[in-house]
Amino acid sequence: MAFLKKSTIWIAYLLALLVLPQFFNSILAISIYNQMAIAIVFALSYNMLLGQGGMLSFGHAVYFGLGGFLAVHTLIMIEFETVYFSIIFIPLVGGVIGLLAAIFIGSFSTHKAGTVFAMISLGIGELIAASSLIFVSFFGGEAGVSGDRTFGPPLFGVEFLQDVEIYYLAAGWVFIATVFMYLFTQTPAGRMANAVRDNPERAEFIGYSARRVRFISFCAAGFFAGIAGGLFALNYEFITEENLNAATSGRVLLMAYIGGLGYFIGPIVGAVILTLMNSLLSNYSELWMLYLGILFLLTVMFLPRGFAGFIMMHQVAWIRGKLHTLFIPYLLTGIPALILILSCVALLEMSHIEEEVLHYLGLELNPATLLTWVITIVIASASLFAIRLTLPRLRAAWEAANAIPDSEDG
Amino acid sequence: MAILSLKDVRKNFGKTEIIRGVNLDIERGEKHAIIGPNGAGKSTLFHLISGLYGVTHGTIQFKEHLIQNRTPYEISRLGLARSFQVTNIFPRMNVFENVRCALFWPHGYRYSFWHLLGRQTELNERTLQVLEQIGLQDKMHFPAGELAYAQQRALELGIAIASGAEVIMLDEPVAGMSHSEAENAVQLIRGITEGKTLIMVEHDMSIVFDVADRISVLVYGEIIACDKPENIRANPQVQEAYLGEVAVNA
Repeated sequence: MAFLKKSTIWIAYLLALLVLPQFFNSILAISIYNQMAIAIVFALSYNMLLGQGGMLSFGHAVYFGLGGFLAVHTLIMIEFETVYFSIIFIPLVGGVIGLLAAIFIGSFSTHKAGTVFAMISLGIGELIAASSLIFVSFFGGEAGVSGDRTFGPPLFGVEFLQDVEIYYLAAGWVFIATVFMYLFTQTPAGRMANAVRDNPERAEFIGYSARRVRFISFCAAGFFAGIAGGLFALNYEFITEENLNAATSGRVLLMAYIGGLGYFIGPIVGAVILTLMNSLLSNYSELWMLYLGILFLLTVMFLPRGFAGFIMMHQVAWIRGKLHTLFIPYLLTGIPALILILSCVALLEMSHIEEEVLHYLGLELNPATLLTWVITIVIASASLFAIRLTLPRLRAAWEAANAIPDSEDG
Repeated sequence: MAILSLKDVRKNFGKTEIIRGVNLDIERGEKHAIIGPNGAGKSTLFHLISGLYGVTHGTIQFKEHLIQNRTPYEISRLGLARSFQVTNIFPRMNVFENVRCALFWPHGYRYSFWHLLGRQTELNERTLQVLEQIGLQDKMHFPAGELAYAQQRALELGIAIASGAEVIMLDEPVAGMSHSEAENAVQLIRGITEGKTLIMVEHDMSIVFDVADRISVLVYGEIIACDKPENIRANPQVQEAYLGEVAVNA
């Protein structure tokens, strides 16, 4: 029964990946799917480090970037017929390079977790990013290196000219990578990574070298980050120093954290949210990075287990059949919360906009008039008041839905 | 031949001598208690034997292996398990996983990333047996960090014995427990260490005299007496150095 349940989830995941382009098939949508696919593999690989193994890394983009650079160089070699194989294996090239880099760097960086590991990862990240601008023949300087995926031999007549063809290739790799990363969590090495994360000293007293356990997780994470880098190379056909610097390492940390580190699905959720913000929100507002920062802060403060953690919080109420009792209280608090967010966004946009009129949610707001500011602030204040008013009811409903009945106590 | 033998073991922290020439032989199957006043060096001695600290001087022989200055995981693999004075478990993992992790190495899984745990029937059955032994089978899906204190102590015992180690070292196993919890814990310790060698640090003298075959009294880093419980109770030097103090405090 459990096997059937698990299989159903995986089949649903595969089907979702396969049918997605059938519902939204614009060029923009396919481009976003491809970005999501890359982000999902990258974020899941980061979760192997931080969520599963307790290693806070500020340099995970190194493995993504190195995998990506070698993947682009492989595309160039295919183009010049130095090597001859289908481009579907390009992500594997990235993976192998990510693994080799992780074996070398992990051999000295995994002695300790905590601050020491974090600082070494930051140092390595900066070192490689700086080197990428120095060793121009390999990294291509600021311009990066570019290749052409269409020179590879066709696979069953598919030449990977279209983005949608790359999407299906990426979807296949995402599925395989997700399955293997999940399976890793179900092995002794995966479980010991959790044990070392929780209590490295105790792990040593049950026969395990905490350092070796960290090293294995680190190498696996490097391998899958390299695969994500290879997918990036295939999708964009170029790669630059930006793809292995601290900003990219920071972005993957945000994805994993916002999604929820403690849950396997968390980084997938985070990757989807951040890709949407990056791709869609950036079209509407220049302040999208500010919103991303605010989202991260709010997540750390109010949802420390991320969005996946927020969803999983409702498991007890769901099992007890009391989830529906939360619907009205959520609605009563949620609507003013949404209005508060929209009002704050309006205030930020008005303070930033250079034009005379801000077109916002079908309204025309004039930042030059005091009345616009006053009305927006009044709406925001009223929403905040309404939240404070409805919050006790939500809290009471939550406690009632999660209360342990007497018969279950003890 | 003793299963564990300490010869002139010394440990200094800077210029301070904490352990000052300890000689101790523990026989196979023996239940041995180490007692002494606070600060005598009992826990330090445990840390030296289990590899958490390196010795400054002397040798520690476990079976045919010299284990002084070896890492905790190497010593653990030889068949020596221990618990800690402060509860030391894997708090975010559930109870079942806590015990199962302790079984990986003795069952030969090492650092395997190709064995799927759901399919390891023997391993999972053995985990359930240990959980039954320590009375936590109905809590197996609970995060270990959310268990009550006495249950966490029981879980720690479970982690220590799960490997099937020949020597089990327990550092104040009933500290912080109520009288009834301590009684249950003693029953549990008796059960799970049957046929094994037990070395225990404990302050509760009723438990020490009840459980131990032999007692070593450690005072200021030296063993001043090592004998059967009745002889230790009657030893005037021990009375003066430790038991008198315990009696007064009691």
